[in-house]
Amino acid sequence: MSGPARTLKPVDIAIVGLGWAGGIVAKELAATQLKIVAFERGVPRDTAPDFLAPRIHDELRYNIRHELVQNLRKETLTFRNEPAQQALPMRRLGSFLPGDGVGGGGTHWSGLQWRWLEWEHKMYSGTVAKYGRKIIPPDMNLQDWPIDYHELEPYYDRFEKLCGTSGKAGNLNGRRIDGGNIFEAPRKSEYPNPPLTPAHNMLLFEKAARDLGYHPFPTPAANASRAYINPDGVAYGPCHYCGFCTGYGCEVNAKASPHFTVIPLAHNNPNFEVRTRSTVLRVNLDSTRKRATGVTYVDARGRELVQPADLVILSAYVFGNVHLMLCSGIGQPYDFQSNTGVVGRNYAYQSAAGCGALFPRGTHMNPFMGSGALSTWIDDFNGDHQDFTSTGYIGGGGLSTGSNSGAPIGHHPIAPGAPRWGAGWKKAVIDGYQRLSGIAGQGSVMSYRQCYLDLDPTYHDSFGRPLLRMTFDWQENEHRLMENLSGIASGIARAMGAQEVFARRGHRQRYSIAPYQTTHNTGGAVFGDDPGASALNRHLQSWDVSNVFVLGASAFPQNAGRNPTGPVGALSYRLADTLRNVYLKHPGPLVHV
Amino acid sequence: MGRNDSHNPRGLPRRALLKVAAAGAMAGPWAFGRAHDMKDRAARPGEGTVEPGAMHSAAATPSAGGSAGATPAPPVYTFLNVQEVAFLEAAVDTLIPADESGPGALEVGAVLFMDRQLGGEFGRGDRLYLQGPFAEGTPEQGYQLRMTPAELVQAGIADVNAYAQKAYQSRFEALPADTRVTVLAGLEQHNIELPTVPAGQFFEVLLELTQQGFFCDPIYGGNRGKASWKMLGFPGIGGMYADKIAEYRNRPYGTDPVGIEDLL
Repeated sequence: MSGPARTLKPVDIAIVGLGWAGGIVAKELAATQLKIVAFERGVPRDTAPDFLAPRIHDELRYNIRHELVQNLRKETLTFRNEPAQQALPMRRLGSFLPGDGVGGGGTHWSGLQWRWLEWEHKMYSGTVAKYGRKIIPPDMNLQDWPIDYHELEPYYDRFEKLCGTSGKAGNLNGRRIDGGNIFEAPRKSEYPNPPLTPAHNMLLFEKAARDLGYHPFPTPAANASRAYINPDGVAYGPCHYCGFCTGYGCEVNAKASPHFTVIPLAHNNPNFEVRTRSTVLRVNLDSTRKRATGVTYVDARGRELVQPADLVILSAYVFGNVHLMLCSGIGQPYDFQSNTGVVGRNYAYQSAAGCGALFPRGTHMNPFMGSGALSTWIDDFNGDHQDFTSTGYIGGGGLSTGSNSGAPIGHHPIAPGAPRWGAGWKKAVIDGYQRLSGIAGQGSVMSYRQCYLDLDPTYHDSFGRPLLRMTFDWQENEHRLMENLSGIASGIARAMGAQEVFARRGHRQRYSIAPYQTTHNTGGAVFGDDPGASALNRHLQSWDVSNVFVLGASAFPQNAGRNPTGPVGALSYRLADTLRNVYLKHPGPLVHV
Repeated sequence: MGRNDSHNPRGLPRRALLKVAAAGAMAGPWAFGRAHDMKDRAARPGEGTVEPGAMHSAAATPSAGGSAGATPAPPVYTFLNVQEVAFLEAAVDTLIPADESGPGALEVGAVLFMDRQLGGEFGRGDRLYLQGPFAEGTPEQGYQLRMTPAELVQAGIADVNAYAQKAYQSRFEALPADTRVTVLAGLEQHNIELPTVPAGQFFEVLLELTQQGFFCDPIYGGNRGKASWKMLGFPGIGGMYADKIAEYRNRPYGTDPVGIEDLL
């Protein structure tokens, strides 16, 4: 590929991946004036000129061909359902869509922005306290976060104010407020913007859920419901409900994204530099293997370069973080046979449930009026709000209906039993477009011994590195969860007045990498208090290489029944505080065991 | 050849087209252009049926988007050969036919869309991982072929034409409409074994591209006249609904659809 790598002038901090996580840390450390280099594998993009209307409203380019998403020709992973199988490459995008380019997934996300529940940070101890250890299946590696909700609350708050999140509080300092999420953990302040305007199907859902005794509320949305200036002075335009949100950049900066918020502010540091089209191949370690000396990367021209750095922050997507740790020899790789080792352990995903719902002729859902996160949600069956001994599973999920896009390549639902093509299909599409809706369920996924990430022995990426290998399948716990949630969703759909309610997924199918599900992958570089079960300590610092920190949903020991970006943003603010206030003053291990 | 009920490019009389197709030459774009000039609108008795509404074509009427004009120029294909074009015209016409609701995939230019897509980065598999070794894998492991989308489509067309020749002594596009339906259903349900490509996967990429060519923004060559958007009531890409989403709850929002080119 290239001759001997050239070594560049040392810098203080190397940040690998410039999405929300890397962007927040770079911005928060700007005042230090330290020499910071952010490496981004993708291209530079900004609202102008890259996301301007009308060209950004191009469904084929952005939502079907996935312009803002990782190019698998360069990097992908291999997949199998269980360890006994031969893993094969994900050759075509499907199940999830990791971001690529400045802003990362933050440019093309929907904007559902949660604070996770108290139990969702303490799944192990919260479960054992109520039900005892015996409820935990032997193959489940259930673990706590090493920090709790209350420690994160101020950081969740900062992230919401950064994003101009639209929503309604349901628990202000312990006071439950009807109309908000009464199940949420106590928050100290209201959302910075009021909820978005609900669409027709959302009002039907809200009324039906209330009639059934549930507690519907507007999903917290990082889509600004009005013009907003955040505490950093960054201006948001009001959301147009244009229906080109998930998968697209936003032309009016109504959808929060790092590319127009934190990243420009990081440039207030004259010593901050972004190197785009630059893929970090590995973190270099010294002879003790306890200290990182910097990173080796490939630039746009294919030159392999060494960038010495005192501190390395991995803030790529889940897979990038775990892959870099494995390729660099940071931390003990996980071995599922012995359930030992930590890097690649506790990979989890998100379970999907729900139903389709056909409403009477003459209904006008107008699905093209909407935004990425516009939805009404219930948390009554999420977190630990149900009795796990009666449901038969640990965890929960949220149920919602929303109005996000009517762009017809992706959205042309047909009723079950209708033909997939031919004259009958065409009639079914016309018939369904305005009256077919549905209820979506996002369920938690626990972590299991047999679900993990490691390096593939056969396949390589375009840089010659072994691909990451994913071993994952739905387990009994998650099958039960999806079945239960789908049943509840069907009840709500009937109460909404649906003529016909139908399943959206087959019964107890295995996990498949082929159809899109969610880009909510978690784990693989988990933080915790036990070095035998976590790759990182409570400060997201590698137990083994103390000048490497790893930031992102890769740190979550399990996945919750909601989107991961809220806690990723909160952890990013917290890490910036840790670095500024503690680590940079006294570099070295922050936890001793 | 009297049983032929061929496809109908741009709302042309199907019988007129057949005269050219049946003359031995392949029904490529030039043939279509000449066929159109014949202005032969009379369906000859006994030559199969023209479905109701088959003459209804978005292209035959001025589009709302401003690309007005009596008849657009015939499509110029840059990637597919004449046999492939003929196959795809017949296939997309079977997958999404014209009917009383409006034109089908053929009339709105889905084949031109496919020509551009297959000849471009999508067709070349620019965003696919195509390194070996190759194995069939499980359905859960997704696409595992060595072929780019263009290779899959081109090899699949050759396979299906060979199959039609053997089973029906005819090229696919010259089969009667109901037989084309039978063949495509056989591919979809894996009842037909093809020598080069997996039948089901070929069918799925064909269906996917046909739907994309039917629903896409007209800048991509398909959805001519925004016909499919009109059919659905999709207002296109220019909407700003902050002040409309409440007002139009459960009410029809009627508007002429707008495409990207209309706003440039």
